[in-house]
Amino acid sequence: MKTRLDRRRFLRIAGTSFSIGALFSVFAPLARGAGGEIVARTLSDLNGEAPAPFSFVQLSDTHVGFNGPPDPLGTAAFEAAVATINKLRSRPDLVLITGDLTHDADSPDEHARRFRLFKEIAGKIGGASVKVVPGENDAALDGGGMFRELMGPTYYSFDHRGVHFLALDNVSSGKPAVGSEQLAWMKSDLARFPHTAPIVVFTHRPLFDLKPEWEWFTSDGDEVLNALAPFENVTILYGHIHRENFHQRGNTRLYAARSLIFAFPDPATTAAKKPVPFDRERPFRNLGIRVVKAGGEPVIEDVELAMNEYSGTVGMDQMLKHGKEDSIDE
Amino acid sequence: MNITSKIRVRAVSSALAVVIVTGTPGGHRWGQAAYAAGQPTIVEIKAKKYEFSPNEITLKKGEPAVLRLTSEDRTHGFLVKPLNIDADIKPGQVTEIAVTPGLAGEYIVICDHYCGTGHGNMKMKLTVLP
Repeated sequence: MKTRLDRRRFLRIAGTSFSIGALFSVFAPLARGAGGEIVARTLSDLNGEAPAPFSFVQLSDTHVGFNGPPDPLGTAAFEAAVATINKLRSRPDLVLITGDLTHDADSPDEHARRFRLFKEIAGKIGGASVKVVPGENDAALDGGGMFRELMGPTYYSFDHRGVHFLALDNVSSGKPAVGSEQLAWMKSDLARFPHTAPIVVFTHRPLFDLKPEWEWFTSDGDEVLNALAPFENVTILYGHIHRENFHQRGNTRLYAARSLIFAFPDPATTAAKKPVPFDRERPFRNLGIRVVKAGGEPVIEDVELAMNEYSGTVGMDQMLKHGKEDSIDE
Repeated sequence: MNITSKIRVRAVSSALAVVIVTGTPGGHRWGQAAYAAGQPTIVEIKAKKYEFSPNEITLKKGEPAVLRLTSEDRTHGFLVKPLNIDADIKPGQVTEIAVTPGLAGEYIVICDHYCGTGHGNMKMKLTVLP
């Protein structure tokens, strides 16, 4: 019998918000049963590479070097996040950190020290490849010079188990912009992929007008989103806003991770962009560790229930979608 | 005097006619069309980490004005997204923005060129009276 693939059952990146960031299980359902094998084979035919299950974690806005009233504990939340990752039963292949790794410093020597401390803490993440993009604190005052010297390129791409990852820099020009040179590179980079390819973009600022008065936007973000629009399976991860957010445009879903230093309030509830005050009784509130019922083999429905129960966030059900004309025999 | 930098016309909208000019201090010539209706009001605005001075200005709908922007330290931005005003203010230069407001309202101006750790709250208010 001919039938379309059941996208909700088989094909999605499932994300688990656990405050320190988000744990994404990619193609986990593919690992189970004959249906998953058929899906993997179909996608392999479409995309030229067979996707394989894996997970990755997003962290954001560690602001190493910051130590003030909104968070007098400095790097404590970042270090707790690293410890949590290291305790995960299902170890992530990748840890993506979406900018503001360091808190800006007027002295280049001090800023370099903060980068070194960031690398020291991030270096304790075991068994995962750490991929970073700059935030404005890291790269906007010197055009990204120190970031490139100490961390590597500000934008790049790579493939991992059937997923194409794009790291975009929308900070180092000093303005909230990607810029024409990087846009041209991105379009060229994407040109080799079929529109069914699963793509994960990670960057610092939101690529849409989330709250321009708080500088929560990217001036040429529309051009990025338009370039991604033909692709059917796009997930964009970002930081900068120090709170969770979900936004969808067409097939593209955009998710913001919480910060690891302090939270910003909901801009719909206040005109003032001031950090949420530090709560000594609950120092990781809005950014701290939280229990998630995702134990054992990842089960999408359980993860989504856990998210709703613990964080109230929407489910990260962005996924690989099969080609429009495809059907399979079940 | 000669203008030493390029003239950028960002937008002419129903809300505001805008001409942005950057040049050396003391140098100024601007788009004649923007001033055909009469002598513009000159509004001086200074930028420094992490404030604009003054931090509130008022213009009148339909009356041409020129915002003369200077920086006392490093490069700052001057962005009013709803009005399509997007300029940089570089130290040692004067950035002039010719405006003819077409729509009354209150707008938030932000610095959108990163200038340091207090950058995120560098803003001012622009009011257009009916």
